[in-house]
Amino acid sequence: MSAVIEAELVDPRSTSKGIWGDTLGNVLRQRNAIVGLVILIFLLLTAVFADQIAAYPPNQVLLGSVAGVKKSSPPCIHVLGCPDDRPQLLMGTDSNVRDVFSRVVHGARVSLFIGFATVGFAIVIGTLIGLVAGFAGGWTDNILMRLMDVVLVFPALLLAIAIVTALGQSLLNAQLSIAIVAIPIYARIMRASVLSVKESDFVTASRALGESPAGILFRRVFPNAVTPLIVAGTLGIGGAVLDVAALSFLGYGAQPPTAEWGSMIGLDSGKLFTAPHLVFFPGLALVLTVFGFNLLGDGLRDALDPRLNR
Amino acid sequence: MLRYIVRRLILTGPVLFGILVLVFFLGHVLPGSACRALLGERATDAVCAAFDHERGLDQPIPVQFGTYLTALSHGDLGTSTKSSQSVGDLLIQRLPVTIELAVAAMLFAVTIGVLLGVISAYKRNSIIDVLTMAGANIGVSIPIFVLGLLLAFVFALLLKGTPFALPPSGRLTPGVSIVPLATSWGLQNALGPPRAIVDFVSNIYTLNALISGQWAVLVDAIRHLILPAIALGTIPLAIIARITRSSLLDVLGLDYVRTARAKGLTERNVVRHHGFPNAMLPVTTIVGLQLGSLFGGAVLTETIFNLSGVGRAVAEAIGSRDFPTIQGFVLVIAIIYLFINLVVDVSYAFLDPRVRLT
Repeated sequence: MSAVIEAELVDPRSTSKGIWGDTLGNVLRQRNAIVGLVILIFLLLTAVFADQIAAYPPNQVLLGSVAGVKKSSPPCIHVLGCPDDRPQLLMGTDSNVRDVFSRVVHGARVSLFIGFATVGFAIVIGTLIGLVAGFAGGWTDNILMRLMDVVLVFPALLLAIAIVTALGQSLLNAQLSIAIVAIPIYARIMRASVLSVKESDFVTASRALGESPAGILFRRVFPNAVTPLIVAGTLGIGGAVLDVAALSFLGYGAQPPTAEWGSMIGLDSGKLFTAPHLVFFPGLALVLTVFGFNLLGDGLRDALDPRLNR
Repeated sequence: MLRYIVRRLILTGPVLFGILVLVFFLGHVLPGSACRALLGERATDAVCAAFDHERGLDQPIPVQFGTYLTALSHGDLGTSTKSSQSVGDLLIQRLPVTIELAVAAMLFAVTIGVLLGVISAYKRNSIIDVLTMAGANIGVSIPIFVLGLLLAFVFALLLKGTPFALPPSGRLTPGVSIVPLATSWGLQNALGPPRAIVDFVSNIYTLNALISGQWAVLVDAIRHLILPAIALGTIPLAIIARITRSSLLDVLGLDYVRTARAKGLTERNVVRHHGFPNAMLPVTTIVGLQLGSLFGGAVLTETIFNLSGVGRAVAEAIGSRDFPTIQGFVLVIAIIYLFINLVVDVSYAFLDPRVRLT
């Protein structure tokens, strides 16, 4: 009991390390967030050093260059009892006799890029729309938000397929379509933050001091909305990786021979019963990535939302 | 209440109109024509001109839109440019597949999800709780297509020959056929909306088999439904389990729950009568939201398990530039989505007497 009373007597300023320091401390206190962070650092290192980790270039056809290699062969690891006369392939080969391990490793690059670029784009556009809608109010607000409603009503994947079909099938267009589908989420968050801050005294004070609308928007309103955006963004990256992989799986996203996990699964899903490793390993990589971002996102939410601090 | 519902229905109008406009004009910026998609790239310009003229595709876009709206006001969704079937008939064939799948997925998600969530909250920080929440975290991270393929691998290949084996594709085993309700009820010659409704229900195989007592077919249909339902329902399940747990924990911390405990109720009765009913409010919202978003996941599930439902129909229609089909299907999906949202909001007033809908 006395410990509780003492803790209350400590001057909060003396223990505070500033907003970012406190945040980091809060995040690192969560077991889930640490696990997520470790997974993501592991993936980031894999992506950066993909060329060093991978045994072969991702698109190299091994037939002819590696002795004894076969099409769609299961993993062969010598320490685990695979005969020495067969080439060592950690995750086997795919239907084009490429090394699945090298492709999965290089896929980390593609997927991390997909996640960050897609969500980054959606946040920038969504934030702008939300800022304008919340700040302008009236008709502008109504029209913009009804437009967002329309986008939200569409099943996301179907709208994305339509957009990709209109723009042409490529990884970049798949990302763009997933970003467009995600824009309303960020627009709504931003608008809600703007509305809650707009009428507060400190904004009125800045206005009275003659600050321009743009200044108020970006210096007073925006910083107050960053927290929910960061949380939604981190959780959104996992979703974006999933959605782009789904598009690629269906053939609308990454085109062969790009080493992208979704398209790797899609191209070889027909061999599920004869060569399950072709689905299993890229699938595992996808799950791990999304899992990492979701854990970190949950941790960030718990750390950044002061209402949840107990 | 009634005023609220009417106002909400009126507000749905502009959103639906917006969707129509968006789909219509999105349809016309798609590169490639319905003619070339259907007749091949080598179709001559004259052939395509005739094709377009026959279907009114040579008219200016606003005129086409006007024609479409006029037909729509008479309940006519148009004719598929690909199969020459009416879009309404296509919907009667395809929509029941997806509805059956979505309902099965949601039943799976809600029963298991709520159960796991309640157990986790009841025994918080126990090994069951930790495992459930870890499982929920993984559950939301598994792509539908990966889970679907893994399920197919395990249940159709690894467990082949055991009683747990399940079919990985289609709705019925080849050779098994289901008698349409129209036939069982002697309505083969009926026409119009009543017939459409009968056919619609008839295409929900499980419901049809249940109504008409085709028990062997019912078992077969359910066996085919299990894997797709698990694949589609796992993400909602994980989300529902998490929401149920956190919502129940919140409620169990409230004063009236302490009162209930103080008057000597067993913990089990506290959870059952005081905690659980009030913890279900946020769960209802999530169930509604997830049900709406199941249509997106249905594209993947239907592709993997070879079901010809709405999701695949739209994806295929986009591929063949079959605008009437795209429009009709998206419109119906949007109406269902908006309707579910309305039902969720209204159900709030029934579940929580404090909520006044205005």
